[in-house]
Amino acid sequence: MLIPDQVRDAVERLEIPFGELGVDAYGTSKAHLRTALTAFAFLYRHYFTVETHGIEHVPPRGRAMLVGNHSGGIAIDAAMVIAACALEMNPPRLAQTMTDRFLARMPMLGTWSSRMGQLTGLPKHAERLLTDERLLLVFPEGTRGTAKLYHERHSLVDFGTGFMRLALRTKTPIVPVAVLGGSEAFPTIANAYRLGRYLGVPYIPVVAYGLPVPIPAKIEIQFGEPIRPSADGNSDDSVIRVHVEEVKQAISRMVQSRARLRRSGVDDVDVVEPSDGTMGEPE
Amino acid sequence: MQLVLRLLADGYDVFGIDRRPWQSAPIEIHHGDLRTRSAEQAFVAWRPDVVVHMEPAASPFAEDDDRQGRLVEMTRTVFEYARGSGAAHCVFVGRHTYYGAGASLPLFHIEDEPASEMHGYPRLADLVAADLVASNAIWRFPELTTTILRPCYTLGPTGIGTLALYLRAERVPLVWGFDPLFQFMHEEDAISALVKAIERRLRGVFNVAGPPPLPLSWVVREAGRLPIHIPEFALTGALGHFGLPQLDRGAIAHLKYPVVVDASAFIAATGFAYAHDAVDTIHTFRDAFPPSG
Repeated sequence: MLIPDQVRDAVERLEIPFGELGVDAYGTSKAHLRTALTAFAFLYRHYFTVETHGIEHVPPRGRAMLVGNHSGGIAIDAAMVIAACALEMNPPRLAQTMTDRFLARMPMLGTWSSRMGQLTGLPKHAERLLTDERLLLVFPEGTRGTAKLYHERHSLVDFGTGFMRLALRTKTPIVPVAVLGGSEAFPTIANAYRLGRYLGVPYIPVVAYGLPVPIPAKIEIQFGEPIRPSADGNSDDSVIRVHVEEVKQAISRMVQSRARLRRSGVDDVDVVEPSDGTMGEPE
Repeated sequence: MQLVLRLLADGYDVFGIDRRPWQSAPIEIHHGDLRTRSAEQAFVAWRPDVVVHMEPAASPFAEDDDRQGRLVEMTRTVFEYARGSGAAHCVFVGRHTYYGAGASLPLFHIEDEPASEMHGYPRLADLVAADLVASNAIWRFPELTTTILRPCYTLGPTGIGTLALYLRAERVPLVWGFDPLFQFMHEEDAISALVKAIERRLRGVFNVAGPPPLPLSWVVREAGRLPIHIPEFALTGALGHFGLPQLDRGAIAHLKYPVVVDASAFIAATGFAYAHDAVDTIHTFRDAFPPSG
């Protein structure tokens, strides 16, 4: 496979301690990243023609937690956020997600996932990555998010509290991320849970047009201003939930704002989410 | 043998007990079963200050592999003899595979994590049980300083050890679609770590590791071998045939999922630093056991 210069350069400039063979301590492999990011770059630029806004809100280095809404049946949103961080940031950063546990059991997929720095979604993995000053990408909705049906695409299901407790314990800034277009690219009309259980996955998404291949719908990514909640990570759930809700509302506002702009046909506009949490006006 | 030579060089008086014969051993060896009266008498006569129980770390592929089910008994006996002979320190050398290999297990196991994923792997269950016996000694026998070490795989010019035996063949079987991280260290570094544990008289459980892990297929290639990716259903039937090693069914999990430990506690307690990086380690093995092709 021909690796574009931009991808090759991005991988070389990642500020990750790769060893002599180009593998870091987590098994992230430069060679695998080059191949995967080449595919992601094609999808990012030409297939989904991704529009990214607010990338300057992602810290250029040091620990940070990108927290986003999840949709689209399969993790197209995660792949495009990874592409955005690698291709649009200077220096490039590798966003590392917490994958569902079933992925590790799948031949090829599990291996490729881990060679790209995407680890099984265990709290210890998340904490270790943050301690190592990595960029963590989490979707608190989990597979309930990707299981959303098309008409639910702009809604958010319940967020767990784990990500917030981790952010508080590790003093990690949270960057809310809104991703639109995942459900347009993979419009799910139903989910086959029984079939999924038989195959060892959470569900099998059923798309409107039958064939389970994403269509080239436009995807938009909006990064919001970092949120730095202060509380004890071991606080009662009632305290943690307040901070979780703050992040969820920040994402929801960005999703709704971008959705309104999409419906009105306005594009290439950054929706600024002021740090005081109030809804800002489009620039 | 390497540990013996290092301890002798450091000025220790060393004695050994082993059922297997030692050719030209530089030390006094009591040949025979540990659980016999004569072995117990040897302990009494030697009155060791430090007892190092190496049996748990022995390779599961050793020809004389009738240890299954006896490791717990042997471990209890070692501690009994150590206390009876007035030893001050007992070191149990286990294995990092104690933690098990599975899809849901974390990378970088720390010492307070339990063992898991032992289904269908009797040898691992033996090791875990023996490790637990040794762990109990920490609080049951406070007068005896007990160290439990869980070192990662070792590799080097002697070709001894699980990983070395696995890499000996020209063609090395892997499970198709899986390429777990393998954590290993040079034999010399493992010995250095063991000597440090003895010198520092550590009390507690410690993971021991060297350089960061590498994907298994990369280790195989760097060792000059050809990785053969076989679907799991076919590998299970092929093991023990076509020149492939015989593995317990549960051991296949170790070819699919990583077992990687966090050794920071050991490093903090001893100042240990490995001298051989991963590539260098593989090359010393490859140079000693070059591929025949």
